[in-house]
Amino acid sequence: MVNGLQRVVARFLLPGLVVFGLLPAPAAWAGPKIQTWETANGAKVLFVEAPELPMVDVRLVFDAGSARDGDKPGLARLTAGLLNEGAGDWNADQLAERLENVGARFGAGSARDMAWVSVRTLTDPKALDTALETVAAIIARPRFEAADFNRVRKAMQIGLRRSEQDPGSVASKAFYARVFKGHPYASHPGGTQESLAAMTREDVVAMHKRYYVARNVIVAIVGALGRDQAEEMAGRLTRDLAEGEHAPPLPPVGLPEKGWSKHIPFPSSQSHILAGQPGMRRGDPDYIPLYLGNHILGGSGLVSLLSEEVREKRGLSYSVYSYFQPMRRKGAFVIGAQTKNAQVHEALEVIWSTLQDFITKGPTQEQLTASKQNITGGFPLRIASNKDIVEYLGLIGFYDLPLDYLDTFVDKINAVTAGQIRDAFQRRVHPEKFITIVVGNGQEAPAD
Amino acid sequence: MRKAIWILFLLFCSASALAAGEVHEYRLDNGLKVIVKEDHRAPIVVSQVWYKVGSSYEHRGITGVSHVLEHMMFKGTHKHPPGEFSRIIAANGGRENAFTGQDYTAYFQTLSRDRLEVSFEMEADRMRNLLLPADEFAKEVEVVKEERRLRTEDKPTSLTYERFNAVAYLSSPYRNPVIGWMSDLDNMTVDDLRVWYRRWYAPNNATLVVVGDVEPEAVLALAKKHFGPLKPERIDGAKPVREPEQLGAIRLRVRAPAREPYLLMGYKTPVAGKTAGDWEPYALEMLAAVLDGGASARFARNLVRGREIAVSAGVDYSVFSRLPGMLLVAGSPAKGHTVEELEAALQAELERIKKELVDERELARVRAQVIAAKVYERDSVFYQAMQIGTLETVGLDWRLADEYVERLKAVTAEQVRAVARKYLVDDHLTVAVLEPLPMESKQPVGRSGGERHDG
Repeated sequence: MVNGLQRVVARFLLPGLVVFGLLPAPAAWAGPKIQTWETANGAKVLFVEAPELPMVDVRLVFDAGSARDGDKPGLARLTAGLLNEGAGDWNADQLAERLENVGARFGAGSARDMAWVSVRTLTDPKALDTALETVAAIIARPRFEAADFNRVRKAMQIGLRRSEQDPGSVASKAFYARVFKGHPYASHPGGTQESLAAMTREDVVAMHKRYYVARNVIVAIVGALGRDQAEEMAGRLTRDLAEGEHAPPLPPVGLPEKGWSKHIPFPSSQSHILAGQPGMRRGDPDYIPLYLGNHILGGSGLVSLLSEEVREKRGLSYSVYSYFQPMRRKGAFVIGAQTKNAQVHEALEVIWSTLQDFITKGPTQEQLTASKQNITGGFPLRIASNKDIVEYLGLIGFYDLPLDYLDTFVDKINAVTAGQIRDAFQRRVHPEKFITIVVGNGQEAPAD
Repeated sequence: MRKAIWILFLLFCSASALAAGEVHEYRLDNGLKVIVKEDHRAPIVVSQVWYKVGSSYEHRGITGVSHVLEHMMFKGTHKHPPGEFSRIIAANGGRENAFTGQDYTAYFQTLSRDRLEVSFEMEADRMRNLLLPADEFAKEVEVVKEERRLRTEDKPTSLTYERFNAVAYLSSPYRNPVIGWMSDLDNMTVDDLRVWYRRWYAPNNATLVVVGDVEPEAVLALAKKHFGPLKPERIDGAKPVREPEQLGAIRLRVRAPAREPYLLMGYKTPVAGKTAGDWEPYALEMLAAVLDGGASARFARNLVRGREIAVSAGVDYSVFSRLPGMLLVAGSPAKGHTVEELEAALQAELERIKKELVDERELARVRAQVIAAKVYERDSVFYQAMQIGTLETVGLDWRLADEYVERLKAVTAEQVRAVARKYLVDDHLTVAVLEPLPMESKQPVGRSGGERHDG
């Protein structure tokens, strides 16, 4: 299919939450039964048996995201992007043919914390066998040939230029650079023109050698397999990985000393607003109250407080939201909106007063009850498909969350009080230290 | 593009796991069609109401009215004040959204299976009893303009696509953007919506699709209880429109602040009808998959890798739509190549498919993908409901989803060549090029007043 085709227009967007976007699993309902073990060379496996459909989903999650780029921004993404461009006995054409000839679907990607490879295949023996053999080579024996290296690097450079023509991407890049200043999370996963130009094949080989190892991967499997088959499968997938070591801990993320705002002129009719600070990490002691509080503030689509004030009451923005992005270390807490250039101050004021008010007073009992009902009542929806479950397994394994994470979530949500939310927000969210980025209004004078 | 082709596949290719779960079709006395598909994998249900109205039903001056009305459907009835619909669904643990396309407007909720009635009660209510308060409209139309700025005005590739359609079609309503022209949004009134609502929102112009952990007879009883009392309306349908034959290639340039050029080519093509003999749309579908059906298809293999002339290249063709559309070919040049070189390379691939028969292995690959997709699609109740709703609402039959795989599998290499020769002809081609202007230009692209120059 093709870029830029807008055939369907939806009532609202679900922003942010793409990669780490799995909302913490709520539950009035038990989660799937998770089995776990280690392969012979030390890879951790999480498996859920799903016998209904003759298919298998596999997700291999490496601690090899751009937080591991060091002084070479873009290296992690380039490495992940090159895996299926040639591996073992096969070049890119052959790898693609092998998978597609049996109807398998392959995916690979990377973000700040992780890099991943996924495959979905039928359980038909020929399909399953071919898919396993191919993916095992892709993760363990990528060729990184010079021609492929140069081509994929050039594509990333074009990708960077394309992101420069999108005001939302420009805002996001500036926001992360400042919120995480001095931390590996500050670097843009796509790198820079200069860093990509300076990169060598040896950098990629070294990245792969260090981080694509058994002790640094989570193997998540969901499908119509028994435990024995799943064990054999996990073994085959990871057999050629060196045992290696887990990636070292990342440094903690500090809070900015003081607030900072920046306007970046851009030739667009709207201004894109991003405001926030470092938020919380996976396994954070305040995770549940912050998650639930944010659900009320800006995390529940059109019924959130921010949406009510900015969109429903005033018609200022199509999309307004807030979210915590929990990561290995504190990820961002972000509030975002877009509005026509002339309204940017009004929108900022409304966002600001809504946030301040929420921090000061906390949620009402009514708001709290409504959000709890939404989260707990909607629990079955979140684990309804194999695709949902395999992504949860990847997260649970990657972030060392307890295996009963899904089972206990609802009880934890139900136990939170309004006072706990107010307390957590007052301790953790500091609007006076927010980084605020506004991209738009290319003319110096206010437009419109 | 590799990923995107799967959207195409998901939407249409994988159509036929319908055979796997039994589908029950009913019609209420007031004309509402009810289609229920059982899927007992998880204790959830998706409920979708599809209306036969969308941007292709609109005429000049009111473009975007279907979509604004979709937004206003959440703005209250006598029973449920503005915003309450969403609050009630949320409090029941549901997810909801709505979307408008060229040929349909649809509303959906995904819920725990025991909450289906919550959805039915409120959907039935707003099918006939919408209030359309003027003050709510005044705010909501501003939200829609912001949406237009976000999706189109400030996105150079979307802007290119919009201008491309407006030039490629003479008379077909597919020339208008789903979200509407800014000037029409500026001049829209709540009375325009009132007329539109009365004209199209009635049980005899809607299809209720329910997929999930439910019993069909129980769903029917529930549908009768809530939708049964609604009065039907005289629905005249949209007037037939025939796009005149294109008599020569059309070229346009869209000059807008951007960093990278973008190329969009479209050939006028037919769509699937109800007659059994129409193999051509399926042959075009096969052609699209041979060129861009994954990382081993020709565009990825020859143009992205191989000649390294495209950073991305893709094909888009909708076999199921209400009116004939286009087979689109699009791409962005790789570093060091021009958009002209890219166009020549894409044209060469099209020439090759007109000259040589595609390889049996390529056909086999597409067949394997389609057969697998038919299993994969069953992982999503939402997607299964989408298929049924789309087919019914564009005037076809959900059973076509069953037939789809067989029809595609039956396509021969000769048929692919035949449709390439017949439809990929210069006289029926439109080409748009996004020509980047400096980003540093002080002049914003999209003036919110709506007045803009053409490229």
